[in-house]
Amino acid sequence: MIRVQREDFDVGQELARFGAGNAKIGGVCVFVGLVRDMTDDGNAGRTKPVGAMTLEHYPGMTETEIGRIEAEARARWPLEDTLVIHRYGRLAGGDRIVLVATASAHREAAFESCRFLIDWLKTKAPFWKLEETPQGGQWVDARASDDAAAARWAKAVKSGS
Amino acid sequence: MTVRILYFAYFRERAGRASEDVSPPGDVTTVAQLMAWLAARGEGREKAFADAALVRVAVNQNYVKMDHPIKPGDEVAFFPPVTGGATGGGAA
Repeated sequence: MIRVQREDFDVGQELARFGAGNAKIGGVCVFVGLVRDMTDDGNAGRTKPVGAMTLEHYPGMTETEIGRIEAEARARWPLEDTLVIHRYGRLAGGDRIVLVATASAHREAAFESCRFLIDWLKTKAPFWKLEETPQGGQWVDARASDDAAAARWAKAVKSGS
Repeated sequence: MTVRILYFAYFRERAGRASEDVSPPGDVTTVAQLMAWLAARGEGREKAFADAALVRVAVNQNYVKMDHPIKPGDEVAFFPPVTGGATGGGAA
């Protein structure tokens, strides 16, 4: 299931519902992404404070693209269920941004697919962050480290984009 | 031919608009040609496309390359590299 929403989500409630009643599930893996109140300032290792951020997205394509990534995960691993929740709008330090949960009979598939989903989501789902800094609003640059994280999974890509 | 153009993030700010319906001439048949035609219209659009390496394109909500053909009624979105997910780098 995919949800793109402005509202916060309750991790406990989501996990209680996730895969409920499916006794083939042997393991659930969860990643929750949060807003930090510090960010890299462009110089290696240094940070600067961030007040809050606004996450813009492309309604329609966001859901389609996450759906594609989810389908790719299901093609690669034997998954019983998947859940992706991604928020948009204004978010402050400590707020939840994203939740990825995967369920499988075995933990390896759950762990690996969860990591795959968040790595690919970051480089493919059409979201953009505008950070509020003391110098004003600043659009966040894409990170080479994110591309590298996504590229780890690229070997067996069938569609490629 | 009429196509719908969408701009996101700082492309929207630089172009001074979130969307527009345009009717490019018949010799504009690919994404690259559409981009050049839009940039030539100016009014900030050229600033959105200033760094070609940072331009990502989706036609009808699918990522495409610059040589992708344009058809009447297409929704063509221009945006910078995406930055969703958690704040930290994927490898962090």
